[in-house]
Amino acid sequence: MNIDGVTTGIVLDHIEAGKSMEIYELLKLDRLDCSVAIIQNADSTKYGKKDIIKIDEDIPLDFAALGYLDNKITVNRVHNHELVEKLHLELPHELVDIIACNNPRCITSVEPSIVQKFKLVNPDTKEYHCIYCDSEYHR
Amino acid sequence: MEKLRNLINITDLSTQEIEELIQVADDIVARPEHYQDICQHKKLATLFFEPSTRTRLSFEAAMLELGGSVLGFSSANSSSAAKGESVSDTIQTVGNYVDIIAMRHPKEGAPVVGASRTSVPIINAGDGGHFHPTQTLTDLLTIHRKKGRFDHLTIGLCGDLKFGRTVHSLIEAMTRYDSVEFVLISPNELQIPNYLKHLMDEAQVKWSETTDLETALPALDILYMTRVQKERFFNEADYIRLKDSYILDLDKLRHAQEELVIMHPLPRVNEIATEVDDDPRACYFFQALCGKHIRMALILFLLGITTGGTQNV
Repeated sequence: MNIDGVTTGIVLDHIEAGKSMEIYELLKLDRLDCSVAIIQNADSTKYGKKDIIKIDEDIPLDFAALGYLDNKITVNRVHNHELVEKLHLELPHELVDIIACNNPRCITSVEPSIVQKFKLVNPDTKEYHCIYCDSEYHR
Repeated sequence: MEKLRNLINITDLSTQEIEELIQVADDIVARPEHYQDICQHKKLATLFFEPSTRTRLSFEAAMLELGGSVLGFSSANSSSAAKGESVSDTIQTVGNYVDIIAMRHPKEGAPVVGASRTSVPIINAGDGGHFHPTQTLTDLLTIHRKKGRFDHLTIGLCGDLKFGRTVHSLIEAMTRYDSVEFVLISPNELQIPNYLKHLMDEAQVKWSETTDLETALPALDILYMTRVQKERFFNEADYIRLKDSYILDLDKLRHAQEELVIMHPLPRVNEIATEVDDDPRACYFFQALCGKHIRMALILFLLGITTGGTQNV
């Protein structure tokens, strides 16, 4: 299978196999005019299988959201066929409007205008707490 | 203007600050005349989106005894919340009128939202089943006045430990002291949330769980009874099944220490028989008095009003 290399744009590599469509939707890539390639179940020496997304344009990315969804993703920025930046994502310390609290007793359940915020309390267990009601969420 | 401090959770206060509040609360009893006009021209808003008797009245009594004024509402129905106004808008508005706000709201985290919308101090007077830090301060003052210490105590917590916010906050506060042990007495359905078990483990605090009040009683220095709260249940059948799980009476108290301190955040329904009220170990009405004194001390602290030195009492 041949997919052209990116001239100027972004390659999201080492996406957990099967998660690329979730990332595609999160980043709203369907709204772009440029070419976007999704490669699923590519061979990976590190993980066995992986997904890859190639975007033929340098767009701003929400690294917090990406890091939360899959902190093993590598972000490669390419300019004129050359790799100019390689970023390894981390679990973000704070999530803003990425996930929503589902505690029916939380103030956010009755006032939708409140910004949804979560703080990372345990990186090892990937545990986040709602800053309002302290409900626990595990990635 | 610099944002003054809020009290959302008891852990917003250091143990040293809590001890200072207790010292001021005791000084208020020793020298009431020194405090009677100290908050003149200051206003407290009590914004109670959920009914309350003790907490609201003790806040209002506290401010009045400090020489300040009070305004507010006692239910969501008598405020613009009934018209659909958000917590953010209500707090942002009221923050223009007063110097300090005490708010109670049935939804968890509402005071966090409120605190982000005003520069005046916000006191969380209870947010759903989440936190109730001024009740904890009340409890701490009661324990200090009755036991003279916070360490080396075995504390039994009995009743609704799942939704009982007073219990949650008390655990958070007491895990900071040495050699405190908790005995958690509840029906299986109303056991304490896991995050508090983790908190106690991390603090290396000894704790145990039981469903049996009578066998737990002899070891206790303090017994903290709670009401099974109807308003926390989505299903009335569950409430009816669990509401009478524990009833403390004189017969059960035969197993308890002479120096036991019986506490209850009030209101009680029938979890403590009225025959216990005259027992010298019953401290829950004294606890309500402590609530007024500690709220006076807290208002002064959050308004940044220095008391000009306290006397040793």
